[in-house]
Amino acid sequence: MKHERAMERRRFLKGTLGAASLVALSGCDNLTQSGWFPSVLNKAERWTEAVQRAVTPKDALAKEYGVADIPKIFPANGNTDPGTEQYAEHVARSFSGWMLEVVGLVQVPRSWSLAALKELPARTQITRHDCVEGWSAIGKWTGIPVGDLMRQVEPLPNARYAIFHCADVDDEGIAYYESIAVADCYHPQTILAYELNDTPLDVPHGAPLRLRFERQLGYKQAKYVTKIELVESLTGIGGGKGGYWEDQGYEWYAGI
Amino acid sequence: MALLIQSEIVVSQETDQRPMAEPPASEAFSTAGNPEVSSPPAMERVYRHRLPVRISHWLNVPFLIILIMSGLQIFNAHPALYWGDRSDRDQPMLSIRSVQADSGETKGITTILGHYFDTTGVLGYSNGMRRAFPDWATIPSAKWLAMGRQWHLFFAWLFVINGLIFTAYAFASRHAARDLTPTGKDWRGIGKSLKDHLSLRHPSGEEAKRYNVLQKLAYAAILFIVAPLIVLTGLAMSPTIDIAFPWILIILGGRQAARTIHFVACFSFVSFIVIHVFQVILTGSFNNIRSMVTGWSIIKREEVRHEA
Repeated sequence: MKHERAMERRRFLKGTLGAASLVALSGCDNLTQSGWFPSVLNKAERWTEAVQRAVTPKDALAKEYGVADIPKIFPANGNTDPGTEQYAEHVARSFSGWMLEVVGLVQVPRSWSLAALKELPARTQITRHDCVEGWSAIGKWTGIPVGDLMRQVEPLPNARYAIFHCADVDDEGIAYYESIAVADCYHPQTILAYELNDTPLDVPHGAPLRLRFERQLGYKQAKYVTKIELVESLTGIGGGKGGYWEDQGYEWYAGI
Repeated sequence: MALLIQSEIVVSQETDQRPMAEPPASEAFSTAGNPEVSSPPAMERVYRHRLPVRISHWLNVPFLIILIMSGLQIFNAHPALYWGDRSDRDQPMLSIRSVQADSGETKGITTILGHYFDTTGVLGYSNGMRRAFPDWATIPSAKWLAMGRQWHLFFAWLFVINGLIFTAYAFASRHAARDLTPTGKDWRGIGKSLKDHLSLRHPSGEEAKRYNVLQKLAYAAILFIVAPLIVLTGLAMSPTIDIAFPWILIILGGRQAARTIHFVACFSFVSFIVIHVFQVILTGSFNNIRSMVTGWSIIKREEVRHEA
């Protein structure tokens, strides 16, 4: 009697555990492949954005470190060389012909040569770069506050997103781009950097111009920036999700 | 009905003397003070877990499984841990890699504080794939960081909401103070309890009606130390949260330290779950699961057992 009950119990447990692990493994993979479930999961991005924006003062700064905190190596991740002929020419000419355009929903579209940008008041910040993969690195960035450029071009009231167009394309020829809220362009630490650790940006780190947006993860820090375009909506640009990585399933709001 | 009587653990006594092996089928019960009860009953039905605790408990089962497995997916994107604020790749505290041996064979190597372990088949290299944690341990099973994050960050919200509701309930209802806080008597008996646990002897009769001291400590630690810590260290990995609340990284010792603590807290949960499930099975899985489903647990009375 007792033995039978124990057997029954064991069978019940085995069945339960087996079913549970099946549900956990194949069930989760099936849900992942379904159309509706990822869009449910995706809701969390809006909750996170709403809460994080609510608790973070608009102009609060990311921690700035000391020179002693800078490591020997700042890893270069993602695309480390645009690899196009056009870009190779810019490298050969030390980016002397590089232009940055600011266009779209602005009163005064403008463009600057790299040399002209370097004439503008610069900001230097030693900040932590947090990669979506989990690692962090600390670097000293020098560049032009994007807010200063915005004040020159005067965004129209309906401009919501700033698209950063980049010079690089992936293996399939898809162009890199990124976007942040126009409001975030005015954060004092949002800069277009041209120096890392007191030397001009090298190719792996995004020469000659890259975005530093210290409130969010590394994949938002667009490299090889050629153009900032202000738009009202992200649809119709790239895959429509607001960035190369976003089109691959990463969150547009990369605050965590 | 029973749910309304929440101030005390409700004890009912089965007056009919059934054979020990059969749990009473009757739902009827009388209160402990019933004068009609004269002889010691064979077993008691004890109202052990109230509804909010039961709901919160069962929600945590899928939530934790999903959070752990999707967390391992995220970890796999950079399978190394560090202390401080940055990742110095030449000196991780822990790393899981795959290496090509001289024989041409691929091996999984786990390094903890400078000590190497061959973990081929599980960590570093498994099922012919170079990956830190194996595919059966991650959500999704394939390497897919973006989707792992989607799962993790969605269920993190549900886990936090569930935890906040439970915490509010546990303090308001005095569940935390009454059932989870060790008493002076508990502390004095900790040595005996430890010995009993190690020899797999478990309390019965009156003693089994409440949590023993190690149980209280385990539950209190996981609920009020490890769970808040895993949420705090998770938030600490957010660059925006670090701007809003700079003190978090100051107390944790840096963003990479926070990530390491998050990982350790995760495996505290895994250890807790393994021991918890082991104890549930050891002390009667059917009765235990029933009591977490219905609230009611059957306690055998010692006197009767001695007679029988």
